[in-house]
Amino acid sequence: MPADADAPEAVNVSGLTLSGPQGLLVTDVALHIKVGECLGLVGESGSGKTLTVRSIAGLLPSGIELQAGRIDTGGRRVGMVFQDPMRALNPTFTVRRAMREPLVQHHGLSRPAADRRALELMKDVGIKDAERIAECYPHQLSGGLRQRVLIAAALACEPQILLCDEPTTALDVTTQAIILDLLHGLREERELAMLFVSHDLAVISKISDRVAVMYAGQTVEVGPTAEILRSPHHAYTAGLLRSSPSAGGPDEPLFAIEGVPPQRPAEIVGCRFAARCPWAIPECTCGEVPWIGQDYQHIARCVRSDDVAAAFSLRVDHGGWPLSLEVDHAVS
Amino acid sequence: MTDLIVDPPAKAGRSYTSGEVVASARKPVGRFGFRFGLTIVILAALLAIVGPYIAPYNPNAQDLLVRLASPSSAHWLGTDELGRDEFSRLIVAARVDLGVAVLAALFPFILGTVVGAVSAYFGSIWDLAVTRLVDLVLSFPVYVLIISLIAIAGGGIRTLLIVFTVVDWVQYARLVRSVVLRLKNEDYISAARLGGVSHLRILVRHLWPNAMRSSLTLLVTDMMYVLLGLVSLSYLGLGIPPPTADWGGMIAGAQPYMQQQWWLIAAPGFMIALIGSGLMLIGERLDAR
Repeated sequence: MPADADAPEAVNVSGLTLSGPQGLLVTDVALHIKVGECLGLVGESGSGKTLTVRSIAGLLPSGIELQAGRIDTGGRRVGMVFQDPMRALNPTFTVRRAMREPLVQHHGLSRPAADRRALELMKDVGIKDAERIAECYPHQLSGGLRQRVLIAAALACEPQILLCDEPTTALDVTTQAIILDLLHGLREERELAMLFVSHDLAVISKISDRVAVMYAGQTVEVGPTAEILRSPHHAYTAGLLRSSPSAGGPDEPLFAIEGVPPQRPAEIVGCRFAARCPWAIPECTCGEVPWIGQDYQHIARCVRSDDVAAAFSLRVDHGGWPLSLEVDHAVS
Repeated sequence: MTDLIVDPPAKAGRSYTSGEVVASARKPVGRFGFRFGLTIVILAALLAIVGPYIAPYNPNAQDLLVRLASPSSAHWLGTDELGRDEFSRLIVAARVDLGVAVLAALFPFILGTVVGAVSAYFGSIWDLAVTRLVDLVLSFPVYVLIISLIAIAGGGIRTLLIVFTVVDWVQYARLVRSVVLRLKNEDYISAARLGGVSHLRILVRHLWPNAMRSSLTLLVTDMMYVLLGLVSLSYLGLGIPPPTADWGGMIAGAQPYMQQQWWLIAAPGFMIALIGSGLMLIGERLDAR
């Protein structure tokens, strides 16, 4: 369900540029999330998704600096759910201590009050025997339970913005679905603004209202989820959709976009995807590619966005990605 | 499932090939070795505590009429060149030698751990400064540095403690620094930062328990090296000043009479080797886990 159209913006990132020792890692990323809305951030490994999320949380790894840009969260509290719940829970803390830490340190609750609140939170995220789980160390818990504990800990600070950095990637598929449902429920209940990072379009399609696609440190396409899945306007998005294993038939070879992401994307003039793009024309590499889109709801940084969209809807087999099956099937 | 593993028939008096001996020596110290080491160290600690009370003679009382006596019921390990009871000196020395060794390992442990953790955690200029300082200290040969420092500052237990701290902290700083550098980018540290936990608390409560194991292992092994270093210095006359009974000094004093009164050297040497091995066994076991 799309968020209220006139809901205030909870997160507004503009011109975000991050530099590492090897050069620019993220260039000119702009995102905005309204209160109660979920924005999905997709892209392959190394495209800068995690860095973007971490910069919003103020948790950039050492050696990576904010070069330019503005991150405005309006003073809202930020919570974060990490990718690997094993690494995100201190192995020397019991669940009770891990939960207590922010409640005591940040909210200034007394220990008994913090413990009571921790149990409440754990029940909120669907942990049934919270009292028993609270005494466990992370290594004693299953992946799904760990992720629940992590979500409960992220909620401890009463965040208004929840950043989820691939929260389901380390989980198996059934647990994945349960955690997605949980996050979805929490978001509705608490009116969270959510940023959901994943490389899995199927997961993104289930939870987010809008999608931003990142490639080589740039956002290349932003738009409502359903629209992007139905008619991608950027060649990379189209390729990504086509790459989903369920997009092809059982006997077809799996599709992969040819080539590899660029090593030093910031040095490329024009479209960063041009080298791998079957639609590429000389114009693509002439200069900065402008955002193209009709109504600012669905925009893409692609010179041939109309052709891409048309090719995708027609499922033409030549001159573009061979598209055979309904995309709906890929994400249902 | 046992039919897959065919044990060679156990033969009485079976001889071992050199390969087997090497392989068994390379095996990690087992539970038995660990307990053995622990027993030795606990007994040594007890000896250090009660030693001066159970010694049959005053360790410094000279009886020049019975110099260099052989072991007897009166003097279990005989007497040294000044007629002092060797057995009493042996057990009284445990307190000085072990006490100084423990402190001389503990001080650098504390200093190095704090400096290493702080420098790694805050990074940038702190880290650079500490790394350079560590490199500087490491570039000196340890014993040359120790001996020259003692030559400058003069002997005595306090000097020994200072000298060992100055020389030894770099090991812990280096080790803890490397562990904290790895751990500080862990997600749970990020999560703690996000949860509003202070830097100090993150260092002490969140990072330290995770970084502790490796530096504690080093502490135990290092105690052995410090003990050996200490008695070596005493043997050279740079360590614990005479007439205080200590194993290194006892070996040095008995050296001229080695041909006849060999036990005067063997007894303190045995104590050092035994306690050293005990610490080593514990350290190895901690290391392997």
